[in-house]
This record gives sequence, structure tokens and C-alpha cells, in this order.
Amino acid sequence: MFPTPIERTSRAWQISYQTLLPLALILWLLPLIAVAIFSVKPDSDFANANYWGWPSSFEGFTNYALVFTGSDMPQYLLNSFKITIPTVIGAVTLSCMTGFALGVYKFKANIWIFFMFVAGNFVPFQILMVPVRDLTLQMGLYNTITGLVLFHVAFQTGFCTLFMRNFIRALPFELIEAARVEGIAEWRIFWYVVLPLMKPAIAALSVLIFTFIWNDYFWAVVLTQGVESQPVTAGITSFNAQYRAAYHLMSAGSIVAALPPVAMFFLMQRHFIAGLTLGAVK
Amino acid sequence: MAQASAAASRQTSWWHQNQQRLTPWLFLAPGILFFLFYVIFPIFQSFNLSLYEWDGLGKAEFVGLYNYEELYWDDAFYTSLKNNVIWLLLYLAAIPAGLFIALFLNQTVTGIRLYKSLFFFPFVISQVVVGLVFTWFYDPTFGILNVLLGAVGLPPVNVLGDENWVTVGIIVAGLWPQTAYCMILYLTGLNAVDPEQIEAGRLDGAKGWRMLWYIIVPQLRPATFIAFVVTIIGALRSFDLISVMTNGGPFGASRVLSFYMFEVALSEYGFRMGYGAAIAVVLFLIMLAFIAYFLWSMYKEEKAR
Amino acid sequence: MRSILKTSAAAMAILAATLGGASADGLTGNLKIFLDTSNPAPRATMEEMIAQFGEKNPDLTIETTVIDREAYKTQIRNFLTANAPDVANWYAANRMRPYVEAGLFEDVSDLWADPEIAENLASTKGALTIDGKQWGVPYTYYQWGVYYRKDIFDELGLSEPATWEEEKANCQKILDAGKKCYTIGTKFLWTAGGWFDYLNMRTNGFDFHMDLLTGKASWQSDEVRKTFANWRELIDMGAFIDNHQTYSWQEALPFMVKGDAAAYLMGNFAVAPLRDAGLTDDQIDFYQFVEITPGVEKAEDAPTDTFHIPSNAQNKEAAREFLKFVVSPDVQTQINDGKHLGQLPVNAKSSVDDDKFLIEGFEMLSTNAPGGVAQFFDRDAPAEMAKVAMEGLQEFMVKPDNLDKILTRLDRARERIYK
Repeated sequence: MFPTPIERTSRAWQISYQTLLPLALILWLLPLIAVAIFSVKPDSDFANANYWGWPSSFEGFTNYALVFTGSDMPQYLLNSFKITIPTVIGAVTLSCMTGFALGVYKFKANIWIFFMFVAGNFVPFQILMVPVRDLTLQMGLYNTITGLVLFHVAFQTGFCTLFMRNFIRALPFELIEAARVEGIAEWRIFWYVVLPLMKPAIAALSVLIFTFIWNDYFWAVVLTQGVESQPVTAGITSFNAQYRAAYHLMSAGSIVAALPPVAMFFLMQRHFIAGLTLGAVK
Repeated sequence: MAQASAAASRQTSWWHQNQQRLTPWLFLAPGILFFLFYVIFPIFQSFNLSLYEWDGLGKAEFVGLYNYEELYWDDAFYTSLKNNVIWLLLYLAAIPAGLFIALFLNQTVTGIRLYKSLFFFPFVISQVVVGLVFTWFYDPTFGILNVLLGAVGLPPVNVLGDENWVTVGIIVAGLWPQTAYCMILYLTGLNAVDPEQIEAGRLDGAKGWRMLWYIIVPQLRPATFIAFVVTIIGALRSFDLISVMTNGGPFGASRVLSFYMFEVALSEYGFRMGYGAAIAVVLFLIMLAFIAYFLWSMYKEEKAR
Repeated sequence: MRSILKTSAAAMAILAATLGGASADGLTGNLKIFLDTSNPAPRATMEEMIAQFGEKNPDLTIETTVIDREAYKTQIRNFLTANAPDVANWYAANRMRPYVEAGLFEDVSDLWADPEIAENLASTKGALTIDGKQWGVPYTYYQWGVYYRKDIFDELGLSEPATWEEEKANCQKILDAGKKCYTIGTKFLWTAGGWFDYLNMRTNGFDFHMDLLTGKASWQSDEVRKTFANWRELIDMGAFIDNHQTYSWQEALPFMVKGDAAAYLMGNFAVAPLRDAGLTDDQIDFYQFVEITPGVEKAEDAPTDTFHIPSNAQNKEAAREFLKFVVSPDVQTQINDGKHLGQLPVNAKSSVDDDKFLIEGFEMLSTNAPGGVAQFFDRDAPAEMAKVAMEGLQEFMVKPDNLDKILTRLDRARERIYK
């Protein structure tokens, strides 16, 4: 193990490590702690230039209540869920299939199709901006949740295919061979043999895509325009325009907007990290 | 009746024979179609559009390479290009920073799991929120940065209002989540480091930095590769932070290509779709160099299997 | 408040009846209205006005969508082509040109042929005319000028200036007292456009200003340099607040509220937030931007906000009636009064609300703007030019030494944009 395990070092270093750890964490999370404190401050603290001090009174309930009652935030949050969940389902479904096809079968075009997905995934997505916007307009899906979901599904399929294909490659191929010898149809192999083994990958990918899509801002701005369809990342900027310079409300709004992926991360931590680090170890 | 069943069985057998060959294509079809429609074709459409002048409302007019000629004369384009290079270089700092935090946390004291996940936290938060928080940190009237600078006797800096500092200021905000990402990659990588090699190294008298450089880092190659890939992509895609923190200002000093493209094509005063597409093409060509490198690395690995 | 509404609603009903029911005889179908009035007061005003229109036309189903003001500016082009409402609001002059030229706005010259409108709205006709046709109707406009802290002026023994020398002398005294003369937030650029409008119109006159913004005059001309030289005098004095490039116009308000800056060159919409922040009418006052070149006739910025019918609208008949309703004298009086938009009515038969800023502004525009009335920098210049130029203005305010570089850049942009 590297660095030297703490148990094997001097007593002095052990103690300083133990104190350093929480200090480093506080320093690292300082921006978040600041927002959290901002969000429970009363309005008057900002008027009196008490920006970075302790709140003079606790106004958390008032501030958060206002976020939910005094703005369109609930609608934006709902939209975010309506965009994120179908995207996760769509992208994971498509990539289970493509990953299976590319991971199990050997055919000439295999590597090139795989590379198409990988390259497309690496493309700076802004290059797609103008054409995709036009496409969406022409299909009458501009400013709809459907329009945004369809694009997200398509684009995420690139990354998900990379992920699934590598995962399936690592599965024991003998299982599939054995099934083939038994004469089981290919789609049944997919359904009954491979899919059950992919559960951890599906879980990992789902939480990962959930976070990516939830935090998307660019496409929300390009493909949607109003309260009826914009997700919370775009909504927060309108919210901020509404409460400009009301830092306590902007903070509370930001925390509300950031919470779902954070909750997702803590609930599904192991899957999340497994997803992110796939390939970091060989 | 008999004829029909014969036909059916012939069909089954045809299917049977070709099943292995056809199944992958059936499985691939929906994914490929979606991807072609929304990702691959639009790339080519952008290439095509970059040869037109179009305001997004009326008729597009073919102008050949005029948009590229305009780019050549456009100061704002060079500012964006320069900033993209700065992003690429400085953003890479997330890799060593992530490695050092990972080394710091790679212990087995009580509660370390919680520490690790809290350190990872910034990555889960939307960049829009990250941008907002850092804007407050840098605020010239009340920002904590100037409070701190004042405490050590330095003059105040208006980071987001100074054309020399603004890009660096935004990148620092971006490094925060990106470092967390690299950290988690390295934590996983460190788990897999071969203990025997470390012991062997210790016997040879390698310690500290030498140990890290000659024995640990080479073993972390896969993690480094992925960290490199995601950081490069992140740097070239930077948009959210710039949009939230400065809107490209002051006087366009914090633009990068991806933001400038959005600005000329779709922002409040932007009506130049073709010009935006031409910027997109340039950005794509820069990225292509990296994509080619990534694919080449993957290709070599596939062959080696 | 409520009783006023009732009476005006009643008045409307009578008015409608006396007009012979021409507009009330059963409009049917749907009327989709898109608005950018997302701030609380304008939003309530519009909703109230639309409700009144709905009462007059019970068979008409009205659907109103309010979009965030900033977002609206980029989204209008999308909904005009893809998902057109029957009525949308927007801005006059060059700001509507791209949509007119792309054929996305309906020609409403027929409405302007009606003497009721032609006579009473004559002053704004020009701002809505492109190629000899009218493409919408105005619903409000407002003056620009210098809003200042009267209490600070009194304390320092200053009075409202009338000439450039007085303006600078005042400013020097304010600076000596440890305050800034002007607050401004240029993060979103357009506020710098306001300063340029006034400096250039006062230095070179309305006609030159329009020539410049329509691409006929050069940015490297001596006239323009003279304007920038005047501006530079203020910048070199340190008249503007520091770090203005990081603030929005709202974020610049506290400087004036706290008394760190004495004045704000702004549109009349700044009055409401200043009052909300606790300043009384004794503390804020208004003066017309001073004379610079003697003999140059004063011209003013008075941006006009407008309603249009998209070409792709479904219910143009109802939309036309709605536009007529909006510009009618009573509606104009009502929506522009101090309790609603707090701006100026476009109909000559309407009355201006009893608010000191509105009265002063109306006076100024009707009697003391012989040079002409401009819309605003980013409405008079084409969008692209406005963007490049305002960025240059911001750069100049921060780095006045870059002027030559900026002007060369603007002239190159001019050659491309107006070709």
C-alpha cells in the first residue's frame, strides 16, 4: 500500500493526520458550506454587509419555503425528473443492446461501429448545436421535454455503449458458448444469460447518466425556453434573475436544484464510483 | 396448411442459419439509427452549414469559405482560441491535484469512506451552481477572496472583471469538480497497485517521491489515461461556467470557442448560424487530434488482447 | 386600488358599447399571447389587461405565456418560426428588423390607416415603420435621463447642471466628497450604450448619431473621436464606480441607494427598484442630460416596447382586435400609470399619471427634445453591430487607451455588417 499506512508511522504523524483530515475537508468544501450558510441567512445580513459571518438569525424555513412557493422552482424540478428519468431508461436500454452486439459478436464492422460511438461521444457537443436545434424545430419538438429527451438519449448512447461493451467483454464468454451449444436462441441468451450479469453495470450507468443529464445546462438552453419544459439548471438562472442580489434565496434555490443528484450519489455511492472508474484499473 | 408450415420451417431454418450473423445488427439498429440521426449527421451538417450565411430565419446563402476568411480577421476568434489553449493546459492541473488528494486519503483510518465521498462531492453538483458560488467568492465588493488578500496585505483583485485574470478565475472554479473526479479515479487505481512491487521498491531503498514516481505512477497508467481523456474533453466543452460567471466578458476576454459559437449563432444579438458552424468546425478539428489519439490507444489495446 | 380597477373596467365596458360593439361582437377561437414581462409589476399589469380583454370577448379563449425577459430575447426567433403565438411583444426600430425581413411579422398597416390610431399614435409611427409599412403597435415608452440623489446634491450644495462644464464641476465636487459621480453596471453591455447615445447625440447631434448607427458614418471619424474624448474626461476623473464590468444594472443600484454614488444614467424603470430599496421621492430626482456642444439640438432616448402579430399566427382577427384594444386611450392610461408599468402612454389622448418622474419625462420628450427621439443603441443599430460596438464601449470604459484598436475593429465590423 502506498503511501505508508498510517498505523506504521510515528505517533506524531498519526495525530497530525487525524487533525489534518477534517481541516482539509472543511477547506475543500468551503464553497458549499458558504452556500449552505447563505441559504439560512436573513435578508438583513446582506444589507448589513454580514456576508461571510455567522447568520444573525436562522431563516432557513422562510427562505426554502419561498423557493417552493414564490417561484416556478417546483415546476422546474418536476421537469428535470421528467427529462432525466426517461433519458436514463432510454440510453441504458439502447446501450444494453448495442453493448451486447459489440461485446459478444465478432464481425468485420464491429470495431468501426464501436469507434463511431466512442468518437461521437468525445465530440465537443457544441458542434451539434445548430443542426440539432433545427432538427428539433422541424419535428415540432422544440421547447418540449420529448425533444430534449430524444437528443439526450441519442448522445448518451455513445458513452453508454463504450461502457456496456467493455463490461460485457469482461464477462466469462464460456457461458454464452455453453448456451449456444444448448441451441438457445440469441435473443434469449441476451435476455436470460447476459442481462442478469449486467445488473451492476446497469445500476452504475443509471446513476451516472442521471447526474449527467440532471446537471445539463447547455442543451436545456438550446432546446427549451419556458417554465413548461426547462429543467432546473436553466430554471435557476431565471430564478436568479427574479431574485437578483437576494443571495439567501439564490443559495436556497441552488441547494434545492443540486440536491437530487447529491441524494442519488449518496444512495448509490458504490455503483456510482464503479461506473466512473470503470477502466481505471486494468 | 401443410404448405404454410413448410414455408414456416424453411423460414426458421433460414433464420437459424443466419441468426449469428443477423442478431448483432438487429440489436445495433436502434442505437445506430438514433446516433446517426442526432450525432453523426449533424456533424456533417455543421460542416455544410459553415459554407453558408444564414440568420436562422430567412434563406441560407452559399458563401463558400467566406466564414473562414472572416474567422481569420476576427480578434474575438483568436481570443477564444487562446483561452481554449489556456483551458487545456491549466485544466490538466486537475490530474496531479487529484493524485495528491487521492494519496492523502489512501489510508484506512475510521470514517475514511465518508471522507472520500465528501471529497468527491463537488463533482455531483451542477456547474451552474459551482459558477454561482465562485462568482460570489470573487465579487469585488464583498467576495471572500479580497477579504483574504487584504488580510495578508495584498491589493484587491477583481478577478472576473480583469481581462488577464478572468479565464484563470473561471478555470479554478472548474478545477474544483474536475479534481474530485481525477481523485476518485486514482483512489480506485491505488487499490490495485501491486503490494509486492512496493515492498520490492522499499528493499531497494526507494522512498517518498522516488517511490511515487518510479513505482506507483507507472502502475497508475490506466487511471491516468482516463483522467487525461475526461479532462481534455471537459476543457474543450467548457461552457456552463463561462455562461454563468461572466457571460464571456469583460469585453469578450473570457470567451472560448464553444461559448463564442453559441454567442454568434443563438444568443441575444447573434444571428450568424453559418459563422457559428465554422467555429464549431475549428473546435471539432482540434478535438479530432485528441480523438484520433484516444482511438489509436484503444485500437492498440484491442489488438494486444 | 380595487375600486379604481372597477371604475376603469366599467369605463371600458361603456367605451366598448359606444364603439357600437364593433370589437365586442364575439371574437371566437383561441388567442395565444407570448410576453416577456416577467418582472412582478409588468406581469400583473399585462395579466390584468388581458383579463379585461377576455371579459369583453367571453367566447375567446386566451392563453398567456410569460417568458423570462432575458430568455425571451433569444427565444423569439424560435417561436416565431416553429410555434407562433397570435400576439407577441417586442421592441421597435431595428430590433424588429430581422423578423420583418424574414417575413415573420404581419404587416399591420391597415390598423395604422384607421384615423383613431394614425392621429393619436403619430409620434411613434416612425419607430414601427420599415419599408413604408407598419409591423406592430407600441404599448409603452419611457424616458432616459440622469436620476440622482437629491439629498447628496443638497448636502454638497450642488444644483442640477445644464452644461457639460457644470456637469464636470458637479462631479468633481462629488468626487472630492469621497463618492463616485455615476453608478453603472456594464456586465450585460447595454448600459454603456446608453452613455454613448447621450454623449454622441449631445456632441454631434441626432442626425450624425443615426448615421453612425445605420452604418453611414465611420467609427474612426473625428466626430466619434470627439465623443470619446468627452467620455474620457469623465473616465479620467474616476467618475464611474470601479469594477462596473462585473455588475448587472440591478447590482449597480445599491451604490446609489447606499450613497456611494450620486447618480445613474438610466431609463425610468430604475425608479421602481430605487423606491423599493427605501429611497423616498425627496431623495431621488431627475434631470435631462446636459448640453455638450452648444447649439446642438437636444435629442433623447425613449425606447418603445411593442406588440406584434406573427405571420404564422392562427387567429389574426382576434390579434388585431387585441392590438387595437392595447393602444386605446383608456387602456393606455391604465397600464402606464404609477401603479402598473409606471411609464408613458403612447396614445396622445391618454393621460400621464400624476408621478413626478413621469410628468417630468413627458414634458421633456414633448417639449424639450427638438433634435429627435432615438430608440436606444441596441434598437437603432442592427443586432450584430450593437453587440460588437457595446463590447467596445465597455472595453473603452475599462481601458480607455485601447480606443484606436476598438475603433478600427468597429469599422471593420461596420464594413461587413452593412454591406
